[in-house]
Amino acid sequence: MTLTMFIQHFFNALTLGSLYALIAIGYTMVYGILRLINFAHGDVFMLGAYFIFYTGTIFHLPWIVGVILAIILTSFCGVIVERAAYRPLRDAPRISALISSIGVSFFIENLAIVVFTGIPKPVVRPDWLVKIIQIRGVRILPLAIAVPIMCFVLVAGLLFIVYKTKPGLAMRAISKDIETTRLMGVSVNKIISLTFGLGSALAAAGGIMWALRYPQIQPLMGLIPGLKAFIAAVLGGIGSIQGAVVGGLLLGFIEIMIVAFFPGLSGYKDAFAFILLIVILLIKPTGLMGEKIEEKV
Amino acid sequence: MKLRNVLLAGLLVMVFAGMAMAADVIKIGVYEPMTGQMAFGGQLTVDGMKLAQEQAPEVLGKKIELIIVDNKSDKVEAANAVKRLIDKEKVVAIIGSYGSSLSMAGGEVAEKAGIPVITDSATNPLVTQGKKYYFRMCFIDPYQGAAAATYAYENLEARKAALLVDVAQDYSVGLSKFFKDSFIKKGGEVLPLYKYQSGDQDFTAQLTDMISKGADFLFIPSYFAEGAIVMKQARELGFEGDIMGGDAMDNPDLVKIAGDSAEGFSFTTFPYAPEMPDMNPVAKKFTELWNAKYPDQLPNANSALGYDCYMFVRDMIEKAGSTDPEKITEAFASAKDWLGATGSTTINESHDAEKPVGIKTIKDGKQVYAASIKPEL
Repeated sequence: MTLTMFIQHFFNALTLGSLYALIAIGYTMVYGILRLINFAHGDVFMLGAYFIFYTGTIFHLPWIVGVILAIILTSFCGVIVERAAYRPLRDAPRISALISSIGVSFFIENLAIVVFTGIPKPVVRPDWLVKIIQIRGVRILPLAIAVPIMCFVLVAGLLFIVYKTKPGLAMRAISKDIETTRLMGVSVNKIISLTFGLGSALAAAGGIMWALRYPQIQPLMGLIPGLKAFIAAVLGGIGSIQGAVVGGLLLGFIEIMIVAFFPGLSGYKDAFAFILLIVILLIKPTGLMGEKIEEKV
Repeated sequence: MKLRNVLLAGLLVMVFAGMAMAADVIKIGVYEPMTGQMAFGGQLTVDGMKLAQEQAPEVLGKKIELIIVDNKSDKVEAANAVKRLIDKEKVVAIIGSYGSSLSMAGGEVAEKAGIPVITDSATNPLVTQGKKYYFRMCFIDPYQGAAAATYAYENLEARKAALLVDVAQDYSVGLSKFFKDSFIKKGGEVLPLYKYQSGDQDFTAQLTDMISKGADFLFIPSYFAEGAIVMKQARELGFEGDIMGGDAMDNPDLVKIAGDSAEGFSFTTFPYAPEMPDMNPVAKKFTELWNAKYPDQLPNANSALGYDCYMFVRDMIEKAGSTDPEKITEAFASAKDWLGATGSTTINESHDAEKPVGIKTIKDGKQVYAASIKPEL
């Protein structure tokens, strides 16, 4: 393999990995705070992609306005999902909320099929994001660089909110003990809504960037990226934001590099991702950067 | 995922059970992917059938009722759909499905029940192989693969081909094999197969490798939604050779998604196109009817095949003079020179329709009918 090719693969992997990371953060955030795996996350991601399609294609809004609007609308959807499907189950066993999230996932997918139809739709991309830059034979889309940058900016923003602000403090408190937090005068419901809103905003950002990178959207587009991001979140240690980023990038690199070095194995790309999940669960269930959960007595 | 499908199927059964009425009608079942990954193909096909039904709503003095079931682009659902059409709706014949994998799943069920089925566009040879009750309105992949290889080698002067195969689709696996065999026979070189699975969106690793190995031609026997993304990524990565695909690329939305990257792209397809020069009278009529009903959308080959399938089943019921599935099957098997929008149809011994292969090219963002090819196998 020549150096040029390796660099080309490196950038391909960096973009894919950052996209996984963005989606994985949403999983990890909700899990970290509520101990709930939100399987509808991939579908919220899909909604984000559709909102950007509609704001751009139907209402012809300027691109940046569309992005902001899509993120706001998607977070709103995330909050509604939490209200309707998870809040009533907050005191129920954890498995009930998990099943509820699977239900929400099917509901959103099938609603999307009815509303948006199953026909794939093209996404319009602003020219400055897709004008190819060529450096010594390596061809890079500006988008391929913008995605990782956006990813790190959003993660930094998120870490700031979680560790440096009052609502962030409340979130971390809720993750330790909901009842005690409530006794301390924190409005638990509002904070949890905020968590879902933030998680969904990240999913929307992921969905928008995914749609820019792979400009074709359809109602089931969230399924595979959702699963992959889940693997990424577990790989990095579910509950840890930094872990999700590391896991996402790692998964992206593994997927691309397997094909790059062993083109004959390209059909087994997904198999490797899922084997990785099983291995991690067997060897280090808390993931690369996950905290050890102590049993409360 | 499977549990969900079972639940959904249950719900659908409940909905449709309410609709089943014992009226004096002849029921023809349809199972097509109306949702999911292949929805674009199924929907266009069903549009064609509906158009045909408006034209010829009756047979043997009875009204024809089309019972359309969504197989959700899922193999398990496809088998369930056929089972329901036969057990619950008691249809006398079935049309479907777009997608070879789906047709194969449904075919097993129909074969056991002894109900004749005709597929509009499933081109994998295995769909009808060894089946008594399964037929098709289209050519098969060995034929299509040979046509594509001929066009690639002779017209496009490709010498070193790369193939990107969806290992989860029988259509893709089959067509790539036939293309490869024919292309090598012509004297071309084929790189080891590059693979992916349905649902993948990132093909950059495979494409980067292919470009570095000096391929001058790329064949993508996939469905158009993925095909469009492959084209885009290939051009972004700097691939300059010609790209070709199969009949599953024949969709008006291909250009919308792939944009400039689709320029120069060619694909093999069924011998129907609205811009085709010498159309037969049925094709002309179909085009007129379509333009009157769907003025904003051009008809494509899948709609024409859907139209033909309905008309064919209707005519064969009339020819059989009965709604007995056995008699209809006999009529299907002995059909000769039946004229449809996609040309004259003769069902051969392996239950395939012998038709020439059409080649279309994207030029200035529009599909152009480039040639009809009858390859030597």
